Amino acid sequence: MRVLYFAWVRERIGTSEEVVDPPAGVETVADLIGWLAGRSDGHGLALAAPDRLRAALDQAFVPLDTPLGDASEVAIFPPVTGG
Amino acid sequence: MIRILVSPAIIDLSVEMDRIEAGHSAGAIATFTGLVRADAKAEGKVETLELEHYPGATEAALHALAGEAEARWSLSGATIVHRVGMMAPGDRIVFVGTAAAHRGAALDACAFLIDRLKTDAPFWKRETSGGEARWVEARASDDRAAERWRDA
Repeated sequence: MRVLYFAWVRERIGTSEEVVDPPAGVETVADLIGWLAGRSDGHGLALAAPDRLRAALDQAFVPLDTPLGDASEVAIFPPVTGG
Repeated sequence: MIRILVSPAIIDLSVEMDRIEAGHSAGAIATFTGLVRADAKAEGKVETLELEHYPGATEAALHALAGEAEARWSLSGATIVHRVGMMAPGDRIVFVGTAAAHRGAALDACAFLIDRLKTDAPFWKRETSGGEARWVEARASDDRAAERWRDA
């Protein structure tokens, strides 16, 4: 599974994307965020407050309690600020 | 006709106006242009604004919004042009144009598109002022502005 990071999430983690293979039991986007947070200090810093995070599965915005299903691309980012 | 463009190029208003007026049988065109503000911060005036986005997902989100507006207000045209990359105060960030038979539909559709773009499209702003860069926080007022279009 490809995970993309944007804005300050990307900066704190130190990479814009990585390929991960989460273990069984990681079923939702929130589960994935919790699991990713343990990968490095940077991940922990970026992902410590899930209420400040938003996500997309295969490029469509979803709530964090959404099951990952067979999504191949997950994006994690702060609330958007365009326009 | 829907036109979506996400690009680092300067937004040329005369080109966009010509495009939205041409080839339609519209009686009304409404447009919105957003500029980079030079807001004074504690750290000083904004010097630069950098726009990051999620390539692919951004264009898909804007297409979906334009399609929704086109169906809801029977538009003959909808244009969304959004700039990305480095900008300076006064630069155009976004242009929205809608073409419809009458002004009410064109104006409402234009307001819908800019309100929903702010909450539904993956863009992130980073401002530099006093030599310090900071990510702009999302505003609750933007969520409320987008939300009003969901009730109707």
